[in-house]
Amino acid sequence: MTMIQKMSDTALYRSRQRANLIGLTLSMFAMFLGLAALLWILFVLFSNGFAALDITLFTNDTPAPGSEGGGIRNAIVGSLMIVGLSVLISTPLGVLAGIYLSEYGDTSKTAEFTRNVTDIMLSAPSIVLGLFVYAIAVAPVGHFSGYAGSLALSLIAIPVVMRTTENMLRLVPGSLREAAFALGAPRWKVSLMVTLRAAKSGVITGVLLAVARISGETAPLLFTALNNQFFSTNMEAPMANLPVVIFQFAMSPYQNWIQLAWGAALLITLTVLLLNILARVFFREKVKS
Amino acid sequence: MPNTNNTNLKNAIEIRNLNFYYGTFKGLSDVNLNIAENKVTAFIGPSGCGKSTLLRTLNRMYSLYPGQRAEGEIKLYGEDILSKSQDLNLLRAQVGMVFQKPTPFPMSIYDNIAFGVRLYENLSRSDMDDRVEWALTKAAIFNEVKDKLGQSGLSLSGGQQQRLCIARSVAVKPKVILLDEPTSALDPISTAKVEELVSELKADYTVAIVTHNMQQAARVSDFTAYMYLGELIEFGETDQIFMKPTRQETEDYITGRFG
Repeated sequence: MTMIQKMSDTALYRSRQRANLIGLTLSMFAMFLGLAALLWILFVLFSNGFAALDITLFTNDTPAPGSEGGGIRNAIVGSLMIVGLSVLISTPLGVLAGIYLSEYGDTSKTAEFTRNVTDIMLSAPSIVLGLFVYAIAVAPVGHFSGYAGSLALSLIAIPVVMRTTENMLRLVPGSLREAAFALGAPRWKVSLMVTLRAAKSGVITGVLLAVARISGETAPLLFTALNNQFFSTNMEAPMANLPVVIFQFAMSPYQNWIQLAWGAALLITLTVLLLNILARVFFREKVKS
Repeated sequence: MPNTNNTNLKNAIEIRNLNFYYGTFKGLSDVNLNIAENKVTAFIGPSGCGKSTLLRTLNRMYSLYPGQRAEGEIKLYGEDILSKSQDLNLLRAQVGMVFQKPTPFPMSIYDNIAFGVRLYENLSRSDMDDRVEWALTKAAIFNEVKDKLGQSGLSLSGGQQQRLCIARSVAVKPKVILLDEPTSALDPISTAKVEELVSELKADYTVAIVTHNMQQAARVSDFTAYMYLGELIEFGETDQIFMKPTRQETEDYITGRFG
């Protein structure tokens, strides 16, 4: 009998093989369960969503109760404007704050405090943020508005951008910073022109993920932008947007409204999927360089 | 003073009673050393002996890190660079540094060179072109990159990147260039190129180089400092240090009996 055969005969080895088999089976089962749930969601969404998908979805506005057909043009434009403005607000703020945390504050008390607050903001229920914006930007002026919606979404996006920016900047080797300092560059130039540039694709990834996160948020918009049956680009007035349209239409008794809700849901899902893929592509480029 | 060169050369840097602390740990104790103008001075010694620490005091790189501090006196052409009033950015523009691993900035080859120049000089486009070409030529890399100045500095090989970094230091026309184990991440051919370059640089610059490689110190330097446990054990002309060191510790290290 060879030595290898002898070892594989021992009871200890056998029981280890059995444990391995059980472990593998359990984890495969869990994996299938998770995958099945995801595929089920996508299947229901796609079969209902694609049925609702036609050109009128993009050309018509949300219909009045009882009327036929309709589309979600106003909600698409409203969502783009609300999310777009929110990105314009949260990207510079989040990136600059991230630079502060990584390059300036580092382990100072102010930075530690900011980090803690940011972590709380990251896990704060979005409905609370919506309520907060309602209290400061809706109730005082007496009406809902697209601006308030952007503000609420920015409160969600800023901490995401901030922490990813900080983490990406921390991945930049210290030797690169030292090399820039060694030429006599002041700290702000080192941070903006060397460190941030080196972390660029990671930071863009963070912004894309933040956009993906806020484009499906419903609760904060319910309190702030609310909805608008008509096409409007006035951000000072209530504004249609996809998540709230889904929320209101999916629970309505009208068949065409429910159809439109499915179409809107599909649109958001595809957008988020696209953003995630883009984020991955950007991040892969970073790893390559 | 035994640890200073007693030749008649002009000194670019004079170090007196230098002590260095990482928090409470003493990294250098009572170092006295002169670095002669337009010569190559090598710092050798086993890992952790303080040779890199010493080099990093010369451009105050340690000041980036709270908790690290130096006491004593370092004079760069008579000016005490350890004084509180010393402007660190201006100092570092005078004392350039090249690191162990190549550190090209994530920008074009051209901008890698122009970055440092733009900090302190306002050159016209054509003057900047000239300066970039001059610096790349000095670092013996111009012929290899002249057709791809717009490409990323990261696209170059390791050896080319290191010469790009040397060109970047040279471009701002410092008085002193510090090299911190500049060839330890390079292959032998790139190493030979960088060593050749070091010998040429001393015509215009004062060079201080930290190296793990004793043969390299013997090949490129005019003066050698042997350090051990944060102390300067022996300092003198390279030939003398390698042929007939006066201290037993130095001889043991150089002949490989220790270290």
